[in-house]
Amino acid sequence: MTRTSPETAVPDAPVGDGPTARSGAAARRWAGRVGSAVIVVWGAATAAFLAQIAQPGDRATAVLNLRTGQVQERSPDELAPINAEYGFDRSAPGQYLDYLGGLLRGELGTSYQQHRPVWDVISEQIAPTLALSVTALVLAWVLMLAWVLLTAGRGRVAAGWGSAVDSFLASMPQYWLGVVLLLGFAYGLGLFPVVGGSGPVALVLPALTLALPLAGFLAQSTRTEFERVLEQPFVLSARLRGSGDLAVRLRHVLRHAAFAPLTLTGWALGATISGAVIVETVFTRRGIGRTLVSAVESQDLPIVTGIVVLTAVVYVVINLVLDALYPLIDPRVTP
Amino acid sequence: MSSATVTTPADPAEATASAGPAIVVENLRVSFAGREVVHGVSFSAEPGTCLAIVGESGSGKSVSARSLVGLAGPGAEVRADTLSVGGVDVRGLGERAWRRIRGDRVGFVLQDALVSLDPVRPVGREIAEALRVHGTVPRADRREKVLELLRSAAVPDPELRAAQRSGELSGGLRQRALIASALAADPEVVVADEPTTALDVTVQAQVLELLADLKRAGRTIVLISHDLSVVAHLADHVLVMADGRVVEEGAAETILTAPREPYTQALIQAVPGAGTRGRRLSPVPPVPLPDRGRGGAVAREDADPDGPPVLVARDLVKDFPLPDGSRLRAVDGVGFALRAGSTLGVVGESGSGKSTTARLALALEPADRGTVELRGQAWSGLAERHRRARRGAISVVSQDPLSSFDPRWDVERILLDAVGHAAYPTAAARRERVTDLVARVGLTPDLLARRPLTLSGGQRQRVAIARALAPDPDVVVLDEAVSALDVSVQAQILDLLVDLQQAFGLAYLFISHDLGVISHLSDHVLVMKDGRVVEEGHPEQIFTAPVDPYTRRLVASLRSLGAGAGAGRPADHRPDLERTTS
Repeated sequence: MTRTSPETAVPDAPVGDGPTARSGAAARRWAGRVGSAVIVVWGAATAAFLAQIAQPGDRATAVLNLRTGQVQERSPDELAPINAEYGFDRSAPGQYLDYLGGLLRGELGTSYQQHRPVWDVISEQIAPTLALSVTALVLAWVLMLAWVLLTAGRGRVAAGWGSAVDSFLASMPQYWLGVVLLLGFAYGLGLFPVVGGSGPVALVLPALTLALPLAGFLAQSTRTEFERVLEQPFVLSARLRGSGDLAVRLRHVLRHAAFAPLTLTGWALGATISGAVIVETVFTRRGIGRTLVSAVESQDLPIVTGIVVLTAVVYVVINLVLDALYPLIDPRVTP
Repeated sequence: MSSATVTTPADPAEATASAGPAIVVENLRVSFAGREVVHGVSFSAEPGTCLAIVGESGSGKSVSARSLVGLAGPGAEVRADTLSVGGVDVRGLGERAWRRIRGDRVGFVLQDALVSLDPVRPVGREIAEALRVHGTVPRADRREKVLELLRSAAVPDPELRAAQRSGELSGGLRQRALIASALAADPEVVVADEPTTALDVTVQAQVLELLADLKRAGRTIVLISHDLSVVAHLADHVLVMADGRVVEEGAAETILTAPREPYTQALIQAVPGAGTRGRRLSPVPPVPLPDRGRGGAVAREDADPDGPPVLVARDLVKDFPLPDGSRLRAVDGVGFALRAGSTLGVVGESGSGKSTTARLALALEPADRGTVELRGQAWSGLAERHRRARRGAISVVSQDPLSSFDPRWDVERILLDAVGHAAYPTAAARRERVTDLVARVGLTPDLLARRPLTLSGGQRQRVAIARALAPDPDVVVLDEAVSALDVSVQAQILDLLVDLQQAFGLAYLFISHDLGVISHLSDHVLVMKDGRVVEEGHPEQIFTAPVDPYTRRLVASLRSLGAGAGAGRPADHRPDLERTTS
């Protein structure tokens, strides 16, 4: 008698209009989700803009100095065209509205240093980073699944080793792991290129650097639920029907235990982009991470802002996708 | 053990089965990590008969049955002189060979299909799994076979039901779907481990009838239960187990009507019902109740069964919004009056609104309409701060006390927390009160230092009752308070409740799905269905001359379950139930 969820209650709906009311409620929930996603992106964009405004010193001087590579005082005559180009001469709210308007049109502004649209700079660099992130995620899932399927619920010794390795992996710092992999497999064994390189082989070590700690995190979150579900009567029922152990784990248990790691995956995609900062530097790869580092070093704020907003969008989109996935995995979840 | 081979009924499918017993177990011993929990148990069963293994939790009955399919539990060490299924010696089988036994030779039905079927998969796929594993039918024919299995398990609309998940089915339908999945690969032996425990009484009768059909079709049924009335319905031979040993065995009729062993006798005596009113159910002597001071019997001299009611409910209505936006009327015009020293039984199946009625009486939920009065004063419709001072006058004991205790607190702290500071101002007085409460519910003071997790189910329920008594209530709401207990423990708790009521003039609002318990305890009974009271009256009248058709159906189910030994009972004695009702 307590099957109520107040936030979905529709007090005035007449009794008995089930299906319509249900799809209506689902539509309202989705509208809410998309709305809050927009608010998250807007918040990130606003924070990035405020950081630009709050930059110490005159921005036009900074831009000019960046372009010429000389640090010196500039005369108003020199600064006037820069101020006009970037709109620095307008009031702060005016600049904010310009900036938001640009975002809505898909424009991220112009780089101070390269004097090109930020979008062009990012789009040149995004592909290697996306390849790295996605490979790392897939690798993390594969490693996590194999490890959990192998060790969860197989007696105290296996479980102890299982979770010890989870914790060890999860606690490895990426910059350290990257260097260790580089020394071991690239310099030591010579299996992989040391610097840059292209093609799938060059992707292995950087992706592993991101994937191993992530696999540890994912395994930690999966293991507890996996072991709980293994004890459930429906799992015993499946065994009593004659199902084999691996079939029981794959067909029954995994689906129940996949919720926590899926939720974490949404967070992890964002995290691998910031992880890319370290990995691309250690392995000297092209990508968003290194672009971000050099943009921060040279105070090229439009690039930084662009990457922040883009990361926020990616993060929000992946979480919306996950929200759509949950009811497919567990039909009891309301869409 | 019955020595003569029972002739298999005329069923061509059974002609392939071996002529001998379908299962033979001799001197079965099971131990976990060196600790033996089953000590030399022997049994056998012929095709077309039902062997029942009866025992309370921890008796080793489930472990013994699961040894038949090599799933006694992780780390179990199973030894036996004979362990054969359908003539195959299954001792020392490898995992692969075991998998050919499971589902194919022995079908297993667990209790409560809500958790025994994967809640995220349609039941049709669960049934198909057994077909797939054993290659029973070609892939293309699986769907048709699933529908056929559902149909033969008396599931109406099999096409629709196969596509639904266990949570979308009613208790009866999902239990039948579970039975269908156990039967998929056409096993000769069906082990049913507490197959009806979580079910309402009318549904219980239907599921037992389905198992009886299987028996008549020549299958061997092994029925595992703590409930003798369930066993009476189906069993030919009964094995009573306690502490991993067989206490007594014999033909069902003999065991149920003329048991030799005191343990079996106590077990049968402990089953509550209309015929047990006013008699003690357990051989345990009553707790000597202290008769002193505040809250003692002296303070309750005003208890008068004919006096003004202590709790009155008028025309209660409660609606709940559903996720799809519609509203569910959980309680619809319920009213009652409860007098001191008496028990009002509220009986109904799951979803009948009885627990919501209890929550309205406790003023834990606001009623949408109607009023509750406690001791002649308004109780519902007030702000909680106006009620708080009088909260002690009405207390509650729930089905699962464990979850209502803080697991980090010991018993003393749990009870101290419930003793009022106003009535017992000093720490010493509160401590004394706690010692007194513990004694009232028949617990020893050394339990005070223990944590709830280390207590047995019966001890926990006694602590819950002690806590309910702490503020000296007039009314105690008991919501399925004995439903989760083994029958002998349930008997002790029911006896304790009667003793406490007589000593302190307590009024009980007793809520249960169990007609036996209700008729044992109540002075007045409300029968609820779909939020309404369909019939009320004295238990004698309700159980001997029910007027409402629903009550008649409930009582018929109870009677058929409780009536004597049921082995080979002719079909015309079956309860008059619609087979398709769920």
